[in-house]
Amino acid sequence: MATAATEIKVTPEIAAEHGLTAEEYTRVKNILGRDPNITELGIFSVMWSEHCSYKSSKVHLKRLPTRGKLVVQGPGENAGVVDIGDGLVAAFKIESHNHPSYVEPFQGATTGVGGILRDIFTMGARPIAVLDSLRFGEITAGKNTSEEETAKNRRILDGVIRGIANYGNCFGVPTVGGEVCFEPCYSQNPLVNALALGIAKKEEIFLAKAKGIGNPVIYVGAKTGRDGIHGASLLASAEFTEESQQKRPNVQVGDPFVEKLLLEACLEAMQTGAVVAIQDMGAAGLTCSTTEMASRGGTGIEIDLAKVPQRETGMTPYEIMLSESQERMLLVAENGREQEVLAVFKKWGLDAMVVGQVTGGGLMRVKDDGKTVAEIPAHPLAEEGPVYNRPLAAPAPRVESEKDWFTFAPEGASLTQNFVKLLSSPAIASKRWITEQYDTSVRTNTLAGPGASDAAVVRIKDPKTGVVKRGMALATDGNGRWCQLNPRVGAMHAVAEAARNVAASGARPIAATNCLNFGSPEKPEVMWQFSQVIDGVGEACTALGTPITGGNVSFYNETLGKSIYPTPVIGVLGILDDASRVLKIAFREDGDIILLLDGVASTVGARYIVPSSENAAREFSSSEYSKTVGGIVAGEPPAIDLSAEKRLIDCLVALAAEGSLQSAHDLSDGGLAVTLAESCFAANGLGANAKLEKTGPAEAALFGERGARAVVSVTPAHLARVLNTARQYQVAAHEIGNVIRGDAFRIQYRGSAVIDSSIPALRDSWAHSLERTLKMQ
Amino acid sequence: MKFGVVVFPGSNCDHDAFYALGNVLQKPVEFIWHQSQDLANADAIILPGGFSYGDYLRTGAIARFSPVMKSVEKFANSGGLVLGVCNGFQILCEAGLLPGAMMRNSALRFICRHVYIRVEQTDTPFTNAAAKGQILKIPIAHSDGNYNCDEATLAELEKNRQVIFRYTTPDGANDDAGNPNGAVHNIAGICNRVRNVAGLMPHPERAVEAALGSTDGLTIFRSLVEALVGAAKATA
Repeated sequence: MATAATEIKVTPEIAAEHGLTAEEYTRVKNILGRDPNITELGIFSVMWSEHCSYKSSKVHLKRLPTRGKLVVQGPGENAGVVDIGDGLVAAFKIESHNHPSYVEPFQGATTGVGGILRDIFTMGARPIAVLDSLRFGEITAGKNTSEEETAKNRRILDGVIRGIANYGNCFGVPTVGGEVCFEPCYSQNPLVNALALGIAKKEEIFLAKAKGIGNPVIYVGAKTGRDGIHGASLLASAEFTEESQQKRPNVQVGDPFVEKLLLEACLEAMQTGAVVAIQDMGAAGLTCSTTEMASRGGTGIEIDLAKVPQRETGMTPYEIMLSESQERMLLVAENGREQEVLAVFKKWGLDAMVVGQVTGGGLMRVKDDGKTVAEIPAHPLAEEGPVYNRPLAAPAPRVESEKDWFTFAPEGASLTQNFVKLLSSPAIASKRWITEQYDTSVRTNTLAGPGASDAAVVRIKDPKTGVVKRGMALATDGNGRWCQLNPRVGAMHAVAEAARNVAASGARPIAATNCLNFGSPEKPEVMWQFSQVIDGVGEACTALGTPITGGNVSFYNETLGKSIYPTPVIGVLGILDDASRVLKIAFREDGDIILLLDGVASTVGARYIVPSSENAAREFSSSEYSKTVGGIVAGEPPAIDLSAEKRLIDCLVALAAEGSLQSAHDLSDGGLAVTLAESCFAANGLGANAKLEKTGPAEAALFGERGARAVVSVTPAHLARVLNTARQYQVAAHEIGNVIRGDAFRIQYRGSAVIDSSIPALRDSWAHSLERTLKMQ
Repeated sequence: MKFGVVVFPGSNCDHDAFYALGNVLQKPVEFIWHQSQDLANADAIILPGGFSYGDYLRTGAIARFSPVMKSVEKFANSGGLVLGVCNGFQILCEAGLLPGAMMRNSALRFICRHVYIRVEQTDTPFTNAAAKGQILKIPIAHSDGNYNCDEATLAELEKNRQVIFRYTTPDGANDDAGNPNGAVHNIAGICNRVRNVAGLMPHPERAVEAALGSTDGLTIFRSLVEALVGAAKATA
C-alpha cells in the first residue's frame, strides 16, 4: 500500500523546482480552482513538460502534412498506422532517448528500444523490425578532439550498441538498419533515435481511448518502483550541466524478457475481444496513460494506488504516479469480462490488477486506499496545457569567402589516397562490427539486413496463414551538418534521401515518421532552426507523397549552453508489391553496364530550391570528403530539386517492378566513388571500370553529394529497356562504365585515371577501420 | 508424423521453427506450452532459440526446471527425437541430456551472421539427408555459444563420433578462421551417445528459403523427416 501523501505545502518555489513557470503555475490553479497538493503538482509538471506536452513545438508541427489515402492513423496515437493492402496495416514510429543514453548509455538505449516497441504493440501490431539512428561525438582524435574525449565517445557508443542489442535480441525483433554518424557536436549529447515497425490486421488495431463508463481499468506488466521518476520532465526537458551525471537515478532500467511476455500477453488478450482500449506507460508512467486515455475517450478515470503492484514499500502517491518503471501497460476491459483478460496475463506470469474504472464527468481521480489524493479534470490536463509560440531569430548570415572553402586538387592529380582516407573514416566505413551485434534475422522476414540494400527490407507474412506476398522497406536519414548550414534545405535532403533509399530497394515510399532533435527551444536561434526544418520536412514530404504519421520532438539537446546541430531524422516506409523484387546494392555479373541515373535531366531542367551555387567549392565544402580530407565544414548543402527526386524515385520503383536491374545504390555520403566501391564490396570477385566526361573539378564529380542520383547495373540484354523506362520518367541515364571480373577498381576523369586501386586494398580500409578504432579503449 | 515446438517464456524462435516445419516443409506441427507435461503425441520435439526466462542466471538454467522438460527427458530416454537450437541446445546441456556447457563468446559480444558448418557425421536422424563433409551455410545469433567441456568428455565425444557439426571456413579448409565464438574443437553441434538427442548453435530454421540467404537448414529438417518416415516404416 502507498503511504499517505506527505503534507508538503505547495509553494510557487516548489512549483518552479518542478519546472513550472509562474504563468504555468497560475494556470494550474485556475484549472483546479484551488492550490494543487504535491501529488497534483507532480502530475501537472510531467504532463506539461516539454517532452509530454510539445508546448514549444505544437504550433509548428501543425504545418506538417499528415494526411494521405493510405494513412489510417496520423499523429496523436501511440504510433502512426498505414494501409499496406490485403487487409493489413503497418504501425511505425520513431522516438528519441538521447539524454538517458548519455547519462547511462546501456540502460538509456535499452529503454529507448523498449519504449518504441511498446508503442507499436499497444496498437495491436506485432513488431517485426527495428532501426536505430545513432549519432555520437568523434571517435578518432583530431584537430579539435582530444584522446580523452574520443575515448569517452567510444565508451558511449559501445554502451549504446550493447543496450540496443541486449533489448532487441532478447525481445526477438530483428534490428535491420539505421545509421551511425559522427560529429563533434554530439560529443556531450549523443542522439539515440529508435524506430519500430509492426503489422496487424486492419480491423484489429487498438486505440488508447477510454470508453464505456464503469469499464474496469487494468494495470498489467512489471511492478512499479522508484526508477525513472521525472525522467520526462527533468531528464528529457532540460539541458545538461556539469551536474548531469547525478541524474543517473532518473534513468529507467529495462527488462526485455518482461517486455517479451508483455507483448505475447497483450496480443493474446486483445484476441479475446474483451479489451476496449490500451496504452503503454512510457514517459510520465501512470500519470500520462490515465490522463491521455480519459482525455481521448472524453471520459474520466478513477484509480486506487493501493491496488497498483509495487516493487518497493513505502512509495508515496507522488512517486507511484510519476514512476517511469518500464514494461507496464494500462488497459480498459469490457465490464464483466475482466477475468478473461486477467487469465491471459496470469498464464504469462505477469501481474495484472483491476486498479479502477472509467467514469463520467471527465475527472482523473487518484485514490490511495480509498482516500482521494489527486483530482484533476483530465481533458484540460492533457490538452489545455501551455502552448508557446516562442520567439524565432535567424542567426547572423555567415560571411564566407573562397578562402573558407575547400580547395580542389589540380587537374589530373591522383585521388586514390584521399579516397582510401574517406573509405576508412568512421562516417563511411562499414558498420558491420556494430550491426553484427544485433540479431538481424530472427522472425525470418529479413530480405535485406544492414548494408545489403539502401533500405532495410522485411517481408510480410500473413499473420494467420504465413503466406508471403509483399515486402516493406524502411530507411532513416538525417544530415545534421547540412541542417546546421541551412536547416530548411538540410531537412529536405533528409526526407529525400530516406525516400530515395526506400526506392533504391525497389519499394514505393508511402509514409514517414520524424524524430526532431534540437537544442533549447528557449533560444530564438534554435526555434528558428526548428521552424525552418518543419518547413523543409513539410515541403519535401508533400512533394514526395510521404505524409508524416507520427514521431517525436526532442529539445534541450545541449550541454553547457552549446546546442547540437539541428538534426531531424526521417524514417520513410515503402511497400514492395512483390517481395521477390528486392533491389540490393551488390554488383552481380562481369560485363554488366553501370548507369548513373539522374533525376535532374536536361530535358526537364532543374528547379533548385536554393539556387545551385556558381562556386562548386561552396557546395562541396559541406561534403563528407571536405570534412575528412580537407578538415573543412562550411558553405551550403547541395542544392535540391524535389521534382527531380520524385522522378528518380518513380523511375527506380518502375525499374524494380519490371525486374530489369541487377543492382541499385543511391548516391549519398562520399558521392559517386563511394557508391561504386560499396557495390563492388558487396559483391564477390567483381570490380569496376568507370569513365566520366564532365566539366568542373574531378573531386566534385567523384565525391559531390548532390541528390536525385543512383547507380544501377544492367545486363547488356536489358539495357535498351532500362534506357527506355528512364526516358519515360524523364530521368537521365548516363553509361559510365562496366562491372568487371577481378580486383581492379578504376575511375577515369576526362582521360586521366584519378582513382586506380584494387578492391581488396580498398575493402580492407573500409571493412575494418571502425572495428580497429572501437577496439581502442 | 508430427513435430512439437516447445514454447518457454522468452522463446523467440518458436514461430520461426513452426514456420519452417509447417509452412516451408508442410509438415504437421504444434506448439507445446512449457507448463504442459503433455507432448501432444509429437514424434519429434524442437527446443527453439530465444532467451528462456530471460536467461539472466545462466542460459537455459531455469528452463530446464520447466514442467515440460520432465516429459521431454522421458521422451528422450525412450528414444524420441529431440533437437535443441541455440537456446534449446543450452537448455539440453543444462538438463544433462547433452554433455558440456556454453561459455560467453570469445569476443564477449553477441554475434549474428551467416557461418559455415561441416557435417561430420551422417548416421544420425539430424544429418542423414546430408553428405559427409557437406558444408552448410546457416546463421548464428548468440552471446553464449562457446561450447566447452572437460578433456575426458571431449575425448568421449570425438571417440563416439558425437560431434556432428563443426565450424569451418566457406571451403571447409581452415577450422580456426571459421570459428566464430571460440568453441572447443570448433564444435557447432553434438548429439548424445544414442544419437536421438542433438543440439546446435546455428539456426537452421533461419536458412530454409533462398530469399533468406540460404536453404541449407532444410537439410537438417529433411533428415528429421526421413528419420521419422523410416521409423514409421519399421514399425508398420
